Amino acid sequence: MKEKPWKPWLLLSPSLTAVFLLLVIPVCFVVVYSFWLRAPSGQDIPAFQFGNYAKFFADFFYPVILLNTIRVALETVFICLIMGYIPAYFFYRTESRLKPFLMILVMLPFWISFIIRTLSWINILGDSGLINHLLLKSGLISSPIPMLYNEGAVIMGLIQYLLPFMILNIYVSLDGIDKSLAEAAKSLGCTEWQAFREVTLPLSMPGVSAGCLLVFVLTCGTYLPPMILGGPGNEMIANLIFKRVIGTLDWPFGSAISVILLLLLVIIVYTYNRYMGINQIFKSLSKG
Amino acid sequence: MTQAKDPAFVRFKGIEKRFGDLVAVQPMDLNIPEGSFVTLLGPSGCGKTTLLRMLAGLENPTRGDIFIKGKRINDTPIHKRNLGMIFQNYALFPHKTIFDNVAFGLKYRDVSKTEMKEKVEKALETVRLPGVGNRMPSQLSGGQQQRIALARAIVIEPDVLLMDEPLSALDENLREDMRREIDNLQMELGVTTIFVTHDQREALSMSDKVVVMKDGFIQQQGEPEEVYNNSVNHFVADFLGHSNFLAAQVKTTRKDGIYEVALADGSTCLASPVGDFEQGEKAEIVIRAQKMTLGYQKDFVQEEGMNYFYGKIKDRSYMGGEVSYFVEIADGQLLHVINFVKRSPYRRKDEVYIRVDPFHCRLLKQ
Ligand SMILES: Nc1ncnc2c1ncn2[C@@H]1O[C@H](COP(=O)(O)OP(=O)(O)OP(=O)(O)O)[C@@H](O)[C@H]1O
Ligand SMILES: [Mg+2]
Repeated sequence: MKEKPWKPWLLLSPSLTAVFLLLVIPVCFVVVYSFWLRAPSGQDIPAFQFGNYAKFFADFFYPVILLNTIRVALETVFICLIMGYIPAYFFYRTESRLKPFLMILVMLPFWISFIIRTLSWINILGDSGLINHLLLKSGLISSPIPMLYNEGAVIMGLIQYLLPFMILNIYVSLDGIDKSLAEAAKSLGCTEWQAFREVTLPLSMPGVSAGCLLVFVLTCGTYLPPMILGGPGNEMIANLIFKRVIGTLDWPFGSAISVILLLLLVIIVYTYNRYMGINQIFKSLSKG
Repeated sequence: MTQAKDPAFVRFKGIEKRFGDLVAVQPMDLNIPEGSFVTLLGPSGCGKTTLLRMLAGLENPTRGDIFIKGKRINDTPIHKRNLGMIFQNYALFPHKTIFDNVAFGLKYRDVSKTEMKEKVEKALETVRLPGVGNRMPSQLSGGQQQRIALARAIVIEPDVLLMDEPLSALDENLREDMRREIDNLQMELGVTTIFVTHDQREALSMSDKVVVMKDGFIQQQGEPEEVYNNSVNHFVADFLGHSNFLAAQVKTTRKDGIYEVALADGSTCLASPVGDFEQGEKAEIVIRAQKMTLGYQKDFVQEEGMNYFYGKIKDRSYMGGEVSYFVEIADGQLLHVINFVKRSPYRRKDEVYIRVDPFHCRLLKQ
């Protein structure tokens, strides 16, 4: 049981190499690009100036989108947490033989393209989608209820993408908790609910905090659900970057927005880590 | 204080537990006397844990009733049963300090803050670990953690203390110490204790009463000496200690209660029966390895009314104070004999006699 703090790092070294080549180097390029100038002709001119950043903060337009993104991300995290904890806890407690099968169902969405999964909501929620069709047919409504192209639809799209991550993170954490702990608590006088609150819930916090962080970060970087399911007011920061880089080919400005988002996420992750401690996950890994 | 002890403080009546088709605990009755230390002993999968968990309220009996102090508790939820449970893996709450661990059960009882502090400190002293209250469970050794688990269970003054193989996660030396400690503690507190183990030495050394189980059935129950010396069947005799089994056929029954039986090689042997036998009935003799005495021919004056076997030492292992011999007797059967070393131990290939009192040759039904 000797603690070897370097053990996880050793195990991670192949992935760290990949991360370095595929992530760190491209990020350096993006940072460099964000200081370049864009000539009116559309040419990118190497430079070192903060014009792109100044443009972002020049008025409220861009910062508001950034704040909206964070708000949507927090809402998504919250709903995923509630919706994810329940099945994770069920998997932890159940002795059903169907458990492996049900676990596969949780991962099933990963087998289908994200775009297709997102687009399929249009067939369900759209004006001529399944729900409206049925309601119209049954005569309950006379004109379709608009359910798409608002924030609710965006969040729904995000949840169906991110929920499995939350469930799996929480489940992994729960699975490591000895069931006799809750039994001990109950034998000492706790009701089922008190035992959960006093023992199981606090011990599952590493998984909860890892799941929340993952969902938050992934939401901040996602552009497909807002693009497909959102309305004009539901743009998120990643859509903005997408539009700049792919739409107007304005690489320097797109890069600057990316760098701002990246910095913000780094600050958030760092602060979060200090108070919630993903380090805990590392610790429990190196103890094993 | 001299109130008579309740002989059925805990009472299982017709209790049975099935998991689907599997019968984990066969219908059984069992009484646990007040203040006693009772061990459930048996091989893996015999239903010990299941029986204990039904008493704890962690498992619902399929059939039958459980009583504590004469009150039926089948429908009492676990948190109202006032039982102290000790688990094999300690089950300390890793996110709470030792103090909070021990105080845990008191939080759900009517105990003031100061009283709680006193009780926790006293419990920590009882398990000889005062002053560790501020530490976390992971900072204690296995033995210390198990003692904290003990403190946590006794601090609530439970009606019954339940322990499921509490020592099996400890290493050999520590186990011995903890065994004595638990034993002393139980005597000091006088709390009715049910202890589950598959280690016969634990069971024999600690208990007032041993309940031997197999395949969900109770095989025998009684005081350790009783169960050890007067094992009622092959399984119990085999499970406890080192036993030799010889096939036998009843020849004549004698007035003094000793039977004459024929062994496989045709020789006659005297044995004391467990139960009634008919003439000609096929049976089995069990002899404990420690109850036989080895000697050279010249050492023994053949006495009337004693059993003698002639044989050759095939193998021996020296175990410090005593030596374990395997002696080959007629038709190649090996007898396991454990004797104290008197002068020098017998050697391989030595020709020896084995003497055994008919009282220790117990005739069992097949
Ligand atoms: N929850 C359960 N579901 C199905 N079968 C079970 C369950 N719990 C126990 N069993 C079965 O019941 C039988 C008795 O189990 P139990 O745990 O009581 O044995 P044990 O005597 O405590 O054994 P061990 O010494 O290995 O702990 C075993 O065959 C076991 O497989
Ligand atoms: Mg068991």
